Amino acid sequence: MTAAVTALASPPVASSAALPALRWALARDLKLALRSRGELGVQLLFYVIVVSLFPLATTPERNLLSTMGPGVLWVAALLASLLSLPRLFAGDFADGTLEQIALSPYPLAALVSGKVLAHWLTTGLPVAALAPLLGLQYAMDAESLTVLTAALLLGTPILSLLGAIGAALTLGLRSSGSLLALLILPLYVPVLIFGAGAVDAARAGLGVSANFSLLGAGLIAAMVGAPFAAAAAVRIALD
Amino acid sequence: MAPNWFRFSSPATFYPLAGAMIPWFGWAAAILAAIGLYVGLVVAPTDFQQGDAYRIIFIHVPAAWMSMFLYVVMAFWSALALGFNTRLSAMMAQAIAPTGALMTFVALWTGAFWGRPTWGTYWAWDARMTSELILLFLYLGIIALRHAIDDPRRADRACGVLALTGVVNIPIIYFSVQWWNSLHQGSSVSLTRSPSMAAIMLTGMLIMSLAAWFYAIAAALARVRTIMIERERGAVWIGELAELRQR
Amino acid sequence: MSAFFAMNGYGFYVWTAYGVAALALVAELVALRARRRAVIEEARALASESGNERETQR
Repeated sequence: MTAAVTALASPPVASSAALPALRWALARDLKLALRSRGELGVQLLFYVIVVSLFPLATTPERNLLSTMGPGVLWVAALLASLLSLPRLFAGDFADGTLEQIALSPYPLAALVSGKVLAHWLTTGLPVAALAPLLGLQYAMDAESLTVLTAALLLGTPILSLLGAIGAALTLGLRSSGSLLALLILPLYVPVLIFGAGAVDAARAGLGVSANFSLLGAGLIAAMVGAPFAAAAAVRIALD
Repeated sequence: MAPNWFRFSSPATFYPLAGAMIPWFGWAAAILAAIGLYVGLVVAPTDFQQGDAYRIIFIHVPAAWMSMFLYVVMAFWSALALGFNTRLSAMMAQAIAPTGALMTFVALWTGAFWGRPTWGTYWAWDARMTSELILLFLYLGIIALRHAIDDPRRADRACGVLALTGVVNIPIIYFSVQWWNSLHQGSSVSLTRSPSMAAIMLTGMLIMSLAAWFYAIAAALARVRTIMIERERGAVWIGELAELRQR
Repeated sequence: MSAFFAMNGYGFYVWTAYGVAALALVAELVALRARRRAVIEEARALASESGNERETQR
């Protein structure tokens, strides 16, 4: 672990070394995540259980369920994202690795991007992959399931990107989990609206291009802006 | 002009200036509010469609405008604080947040009580109300983050980043909810006012808006003075303040 | 006068709205004053402490 970090710190690099930095952070975080597969499994199980709770609490009536389905799956995806965000920076922060990473000559925004990508691959992507299966619990038809999955694939990276800002801002604070939720959920609302709305739009025959374009635009904006905001927040937390 | 501005960027020099400004803005707000309320509650005629319930707009609209305006001002001070690393700019941002949150709450509450008699429901998920609710969460988030961080300088910067992230998101939230709501056009609740408004009603609203603005300035200045004493505790100028010597 | 309070039947809504707004205003002013008072007390206590310290150090 330390060897890998010092290897990062030593070679002289130009500031255009963003891509190697991203690859390094991605590889490292994926390796770490795969070592704690149990934790990832638990978070995914949380998602599945939350989704199963709603029909139990409301109604098993198929029409109502299929109307509710996209929304429930999206909200559960938001909650699953919130649950997993603290591990983005907290582990490294606790043992001092984050400080080393921030001190390295590589651009911090690129390193953060690598971490966020790893987070999405281990959280957002599984959530999107499970959606078709869980959507069946909500009597959703094939077209709705396709649209929902595609929307989740577009939207969950945005959740990881925006969430990284919140995770960095709340590093090391008491009750950081609930605080993170309070800070990030208002920012998640547009993603939720356009993402869940895509299925409604498809069912209403309005076509999904508007929703997907907006989600896509949001994704690009988040990819451009969020790593820098999160990097700034990391530096603020480390000072 | 530039040297004059920066002279007041030190808490020691701004403290007395703010103290002098507060009574002016406070009294101006009180007088304007008295006039505005008289116009709104007494002079303005009863609305043909909504009856006297419409008179709530004389509180609701100014509060809503201020809630959004104050957020932008707070974001502006946050940007200054992050850019120039000045303590006072951060303190101004810190001072504005609670007043902004309060305006948002008042806007939501008065909006609900306007909606019930006129459109039949206290709450509807339309663009304005939902965006205003999320604005309240944004304010509360910034205040919560401020309380959660012990180091004031870290809190300044973290709240600054959060405020700026939020301000980018406010128009997005509004358009996303408006767009979402337009899909559900079957909704029988529509909260858009009739476009033509009697001149006297508009006058009343503008006077109340001005009153709300001056009130917000006075409240923020009063709060920033207290924040200054809180945070600049060791400074010599604090020890020499008249307030501390009085018994 | 009672017509003013009745607001043609909408009195409950109008006055609740205005009332809560007034309450919010009062709450903010009270909170401002309380916070200022507490902070000044604390600053005073701190100032007199350090003043006493300097006295005894002489």
